[in-house]
Amino acid sequence: MITLKEIIQKLNLEVMSASGDFDREIRGGYVSDLLSDVIANSKEGNIWITLQTHPNIVAVATLKELAGIIIVNKRKPEDETLKKAEEENIPVMVTELSAFEIVGGLYELGIGRATENAKEV
Amino acid sequence: MAEDKKYTKIQELTYELKVGNVMTKKVVTVSPKKTIYKLRNILHTKRISGTPVVDKGKLVGIISTEDFMKCLAKGETNIPVEERMTKKVETLYADEPLVHAVRKFDQYGFGRFPVIERGKGKLVGIITKGDIIKGLLKKLEIDYHKEEIHRYRASHIFEDIVADRTTLTFHYNVVGEDFNRAGESASGLKRTLFRLGIQPDSVRRAAIAAYEAEMNIVVFTEGGKLTVSVETHRIKIEASDSGPGIPDIEQAMQPGFSTAPERIRELGFGAGMGLLNIKNCADKMNLTSKVGKGTHLEAIIYLNQR
Repeated sequence: MITLKEIIQKLNLEVMSASGDFDREIRGGYVSDLLSDVIANSKEGNIWITLQTHPNIVAVATLKELAGIIIVNKRKPEDETLKKAEEENIPVMVTELSAFEIVGGLYELGIGRATENAKEV
Repeated sequence: MAEDKKYTKIQELTYELKVGNVMTKKVVTVSPKKTIYKLRNILHTKRISGTPVVDKGKLVGIISTEDFMKCLAKGETNIPVEERMTKKVETLYADEPLVHAVRKFDQYGFGRFPVIERGKGKLVGIITKGDIIKGLLKKLEIDYHKEEIHRYRASHIFEDIVADRTTLTFHYNVVGEDFNRAGESASGLKRTLFRLGIQPDSVRRAAIAAYEAEMNIVVFTEGGKLTVSVETHRIKIEASDSGPGIPDIEQAMQPGFSTAPERIRELGFGAGMGLLNIKNCADKMNLTSKVGKGTHLEAIIYLNQR
């Protein structure tokens, strides 16, 4: 049981767009740089790990109702991306770690091991 | 009880929320060696009616105001807490659904349950009926707020219009190669469909189909149109452009097949999955194209009628 806020603290993420639900519980994630792949395979409430920085990532995150986007390798999101993220309430974070390392960190926090469906008892 | 709609919603929430979501994390505890007299001060100053007894991080018992009163009546204020505490403590796990807590309160009639971490036995919180009520209210408020935003009442529009057949049509102009605005039509459509009160699953499928169709226009053409028409029984999404056209549709439908230029692929577009995503989201899909003339895509999503 871990919230986005706690993930940010524990993995030392830099928050670039702070509008959105940071108390949301994160149960799973998806890693991909191909947008259609994210659309096809990510699940609602996932945290998305990518190296893409352009505004369309916000559109994808909104479309799939993702919990937030972590941009890897210290890439800076474009201004337009952040503007859209604020409008759409999609939290955007940056890490200096690679996708491999950040996913490892997320797994260590227990994300991805629990069931993804909130209604499953 | 079941006939009340509110109750059903709360019932649903008790399955959705976990004990850990609503418990109080900062727990006032007492050590087993403390005297009943000192316990009085703790209960009084913290304004609580009971507290877990913890020895070196481990939960060893629980003691309540009731226990304290009994001691007081007998004049036993100088004996240590461990001699009068309840040693067999009923606990809850933080990852258990809230409904388990509700049942336990009914079953035992206790005022509180310590919450421990599964496996480690570490005390992580405490839960009272008040915590449950607060947690549910907070969740209801968030959900209510979300609902207000999402579909502030356009859902009755179909009932308000008197006609044998009603079709609402939305037009979106899609600009070719404008990657900054790409996806806006689909976002706009998604919001609109939610406001119309269409089932979330159908809205999501329509939005994905529209997004992929929109992206195809942005990536491959000089621009085109997205037309979405909604009837009570179905959503129809049409995307049309005036070139360059698809030479081999069967090939274009193959997963991973893409003719997108490298610079576009670097942005994560043109993965060769777009048409497949549309097909998977739609109940019916039809794609026609003429090289040099343009492409027309139609995707239909059927709605469950009430």
